[in-house]
Amino acid sequence: MALRTERTEGSPRPEAAAPVVDSPQGRIGSEGRVLNVFSHGVLALWGLMVTLPLLWAVLSAFKSDREIFTSPWALPSALHFDAWGRAWSQAHMSRYFLNSVVVVAGSLTGTMLLGAMAAYVLARFTFPGNRFIYFLFVGGMSFPVILALVPLFFVMKNMQLLDTYPGLILVYIAYSLPFTIFFLSGFFRTLPTSVAEAALIDGASHTRTFFQVMLPMAKPGLISVGIFNFLGQWNQYLLPTVLNVGDEDKKLLPQGLVALAVSQGYKGDWSGLFAGLVMAMLPVLAAYVVFQRQVQAGLTAGALK
Amino acid sequence: MKKIGVGSHMQHGKYRFIAGFLVLPLTIYGVFLVSPFVQAIYYSFTDWTGLSPDFSMVGFKNYQRLWNDDVFWKAVGHNVLLLLVLPLITLGLGLFFAFMLNVGGRRRKNAAVAGVRGSGAYKIVYFFPQVLSIAIVALLFQFAYNPNSGAINSFLSGIGLDSVRPDWLGDPGLALWCVMAVMVWSNVGFYVVLFSAGMSSIPRDFYEAALLDGANRFQTFFRITLPLLWDTVQTGWVYMGIMALDGFAVVQIMTVGPGGPDYSTEVLSYYLYTKAFRDGQAGYATALGVALLIVTLVFAGIVMKLGRRERLEF
Repeated sequence: MALRTERTEGSPRPEAAAPVVDSPQGRIGSEGRVLNVFSHGVLALWGLMVTLPLLWAVLSAFKSDREIFTSPWALPSALHFDAWGRAWSQAHMSRYFLNSVVVVAGSLTGTMLLGAMAAYVLARFTFPGNRFIYFLFVGGMSFPVILALVPLFFVMKNMQLLDTYPGLILVYIAYSLPFTIFFLSGFFRTLPTSVAEAALIDGASHTRTFFQVMLPMAKPGLISVGIFNFLGQWNQYLLPTVLNVGDEDKKLLPQGLVALAVSQGYKGDWSGLFAGLVMAMLPVLAAYVVFQRQVQAGLTAGALK
Repeated sequence: MKKIGVGSHMQHGKYRFIAGFLVLPLTIYGVFLVSPFVQAIYYSFTDWTGLSPDFSMVGFKNYQRLWNDDVFWKAVGHNVLLLLVLPLITLGLGLFFAFMLNVGGRRRKNAAVAGVRGSGAYKIVYFFPQVLSIAIVALLFQFAYNPNSGAINSFLSGIGLDSVRPDWLGDPGLALWCVMAVMVWSNVGFYVVLFSAGMSSIPRDFYEAALLDGANRFQTFFRITLPLLWDTVQTGWVYMGIMALDGFAVVQIMTVGPGGPDYSTEVLSYYLYTKAFRDGQAGYATALGVALLIVTLVFAGIVMKLGRRERLEF
């Protein structure tokens, strides 16, 4: 699966290298030209449909509240930055960002470490119950999360983990493990056995072999699934909406943003609201544009078997 | 003699290692995922409110109530509609754009088919919504659908369609379609990238041979591209179906109520949420969850059965 991704994403495209030469006149040539114009037209149209709503939000974040209502599509008459300040400090966007960083740092580290450990053992060792445990983990991918949510709420409550970051971190890890283990065990299975065997013969323990030999070899797979988990956890909305409702100040970014939309909407502070939205949107988009190849490969990795 | 000793020692170390590596992931997974799922099925046979620790077993009473609950059937109807419409439109558009990107370009020397120029740039842009939180997307469209100041209606006015300014989310006949449009908008890019990766690994001479035989490009799509991509399309169908059976965030954040005017955007996940966390009917909510699970399993079964074809190797 991973090798396939590597091949399709990494190999240079033959048509990119070929020189652009006008096709000879003829039936196929003119058909090709018409088709080419048609393709670009259709493709550009969808491109506009994707970007225009985003662009509209960015424009609105720089406008005054009056302009947002009277001329929604016009450029702002002057760049108003005050809404950004209001969203960042008064509406607690800075706090929400920090909260999300703390939780995702913990949950992503935990997911990757525990996921890789379990996947490695399940992929490379035979022992009674191996298949059972593997399917127990992988089966978690196909159940609707919302079904577990009601009892989960009370499990957390009884353990006094409700509305706490350690609680959220543990839940994020639990719900990220199925895909992480599914993906990484497939990856570990494709790695050659000889290097690990050599390390063991040289007297390294299993634990040391895992951390110093196998993990570095699995780096491409870890990056893919790491990006997948980062985006999934950073953007997570359902779990914190149910499990982290106690304190306004402890909200994570996506749920804080929704709270901001309600509060600023109530105050009629539309520009502050758009500023908050754009503030949450731009860092992720910017990071994506920089690492687009890895992000695309990471998010589609699970579906490309 | 010595060798056996080392071997059994290694064997002992192996099991300790396996247990050491599995204990933490299994504990977390068991406590926070497996046990709640099992408990959900148990609670669906109780009258638990979720507010007090007391409850009693009521047999199938919750399920009988489900059977007679109009809002439940409305939600099921909406989920089934999403399940039928969303994958069709999203995967259809995804395949169409991916085909355009890979085969829709001007012919070049020595190549029967070619991708359009700038296909990488299109893919970058199409993928934008995929990296954003669904909360951001739902909020963005809540404002865009605003009948007075929203981007969509002011755009309609801008191109002279001032008379057509629908109430979008406030219109019971339109609200669910607005929800679907948002879900299509945010997911098409994923499938363009996914299918595009699959298409670029189809050998070019397949197309060359078909074009020489007189096929046009649209025939090549149905005779070559689609059959060779079938596995990926099927996986995509399952993904999109799971998305359609959820819809919680979009409905909760974006639609009025939430749940739409006259329950017009009510879906199972949001109905479950209100029953459990607003109305204090945890037992009934878990019964709703079990119903959702059954719909999910039936759907997965149908896709697997319908989609089974001989795997084409190339």
